Amino acid sequence: MSIYSEKVMDHFANPRNMGELEDPKGVGTVGNAKCGDIMRIYLDIDEAGVIRDVKFKTFGCGAAIATSSMATELVKGKTIQEAMQVTNRAVMEALDGLPPVKVHCSLLAEEAIHAALWDYAQKNNLVIAGLKEPRKDIGS
Amino acid sequence: MIYLDNAATTQMAPEVLQAMLPFFSDVYGNASAVYGLGARARQAVFEARKQVGALIGAAPEEIYFTSGGTEADNWAIKAVAETFADRGKHIITSKIEHPAVLQTCEWLERRGYEITYLDVDKDGLVHVEDVESALRSDTILISIMFANNEIGTIEPIAEIGSLARRRHVLFHTDAVQAFGQVPIDVEDMQIDLLSASAHKVNGPKGVGCLYIRSGVKIHPFLHGGPQERSRRAGTENVAGIAGFGAAARRAARILAEKQKREMSLRDDLIRRLESEVPWCRLNGHRSRRLPGNVNFSFSFVEGEALLIRLDMAGICASSGSACTSGSLDPSHVLLAIGLSHELAHGSLRLTLSEANTKAELDIVVETVKKAVELLRQMSPLYEDFMKNQSLEENI
Ligand SMILES: Cc1ncc(COP(=O)(O)O)c(C=O)c1O
Ligand code: FES
Repeated sequence: MSIYSEKVMDHFANPRNMGELEDPKGVGTVGNAKCGDIMRIYLDIDEAGVIRDVKFKTFGCGAAIATSSMATELVKGKTIQEAMQVTNRAVMEALDGLPPVKVHCSLLAEEAIHAALWDYAQKNNLVIAGLKEPRKDIGS
Repeated sequence: MIYLDNAATTQMAPEVLQAMLPFFSDVYGNASAVYGLGARARQAVFEARKQVGALIGAAPEEIYFTSGGTEADNWAIKAVAETFADRGKHIITSKIEHPAVLQTCEWLERRGYEITYLDVDKDGLVHVEDVESALRSDTILISIMFANNEIGTIEPIAEIGSLARRRHVLFHTDAVQAFGQVPIDVEDMQIDLLSASAHKVNGPKGVGCLYIRSGVKIHPFLHGGPQERSRRAGTENVAGIAGFGAAARRAARILAEKQKREMSLRDDLIRRLESEVPWCRLNGHRSRRLPGNVNFSFSFVEGEALLIRLDMAGICASSGSACTSGSLDPSHVLLAIGLSHELAHGSLRLTLSEANTKAELDIVVETVKKAVELLRQMSPLYEDFMKNQSLEENI
């Protein structure tokens, strides 16, 4: 029926971890320069550096919503270092792939998580190995 | 399923299919052949030419069958450009044309032609004064679409036709979306060239026509055999042409009733969406509008996500969102009427047919309302908007 896999459709229709957090430890918002879509990730991180909770908001296509949902599932309960391993490739694989024109959408999720981690690091004067300052517009 | 994408294509009418069937089986003769089997095919093509011509007030011999609207647009523009190059190389068109016109013009631009792409107003209307001020001594063609495929705005065709005639410039109109939907008369409207396509009026895909006013001498597009009076070579698509003829005959028969019915459904749908979904905007002119066209932008939501939600409810629609375009650019039409990228992103086009019912539209309104609400709950833009609103309220 759709250009998307069943997994993508499932995450699109029933997005996991959609919403906001009251007092997030880190928030990141990124925009996709390619199509103009926007994703925001909220993180709650405990003293041990474990992601206790995560929420997302996305203004974007089916693939963008599904990758947000899947990405939040993949980082929830993980340490910061583990979360850094959640690449757009990993998210796509977990969703059984995306159509070629939609690959750029999955970058949003990776970048939004990085942006939220960056925000957390800034607020807590931390350095997270491998994390660079996020660009505002990605995918260009 | 609720089909609301009739601007993309339409369902073939049963009588159209019936008209086509003999030419896929028994009546397989070449329309150029001398024997009876060929004569029957020839007769069918002749009838279709009359039927298609009759719908736009043209004589049968002014109708040239093509493979569709795209070919008709390409032929009209390229052939005028090539035939009259010694008179001038300037063409006037608009920013909201179909890609079949726009990309043909861009192709000519790369070959030394000058194209003026006219702006449209916020409703998508081309202003005749703008056409007039763009005219130059070397202008050889004005090509303005009859009605826009995305926002449904109907252009002031008779006024442009009259201007073109006064100034001795040829006038082409891409009437693919208007043919069979609104009355067209090439005489009254002083149209010299007109493109139409069968599959937008319950006919088959892959067949259309270019109307060429008699006396307008433009070069052939396809060279070869003597078909279509040696102006469009190639053995005729007899079944397709017979189907186009039947579709035109049917369209002429039901036009008034169809128009009335669709307009009432359309206005009802517009009214209900406007009253039930906050932060929406109707795109296109409110009254100078194709009977079946409804196009809205919903703030803070993205069109593709909306389309999938509708699809999950069995509703077929389309959007001008960048995310559905393949090129990832939002609709050039929505940008031309002044929409922000964000609003162009959140557009939804619902195009009706005479077969849609009020009960279907009840479901559509409910589904759109719910889907927009849901997607707004997911939208960071909506979140920011609501926070700003409550800030303002607290001041
Ligand atoms: C305004 C307009 N022009 C041209 C075309 C192309 O017609 P066809 O599909 O017959 O090539 C379309 C159809 O999408 C259209 O809407
Ligand atoms: S986010 Fe726009 S195409 Fe996917």
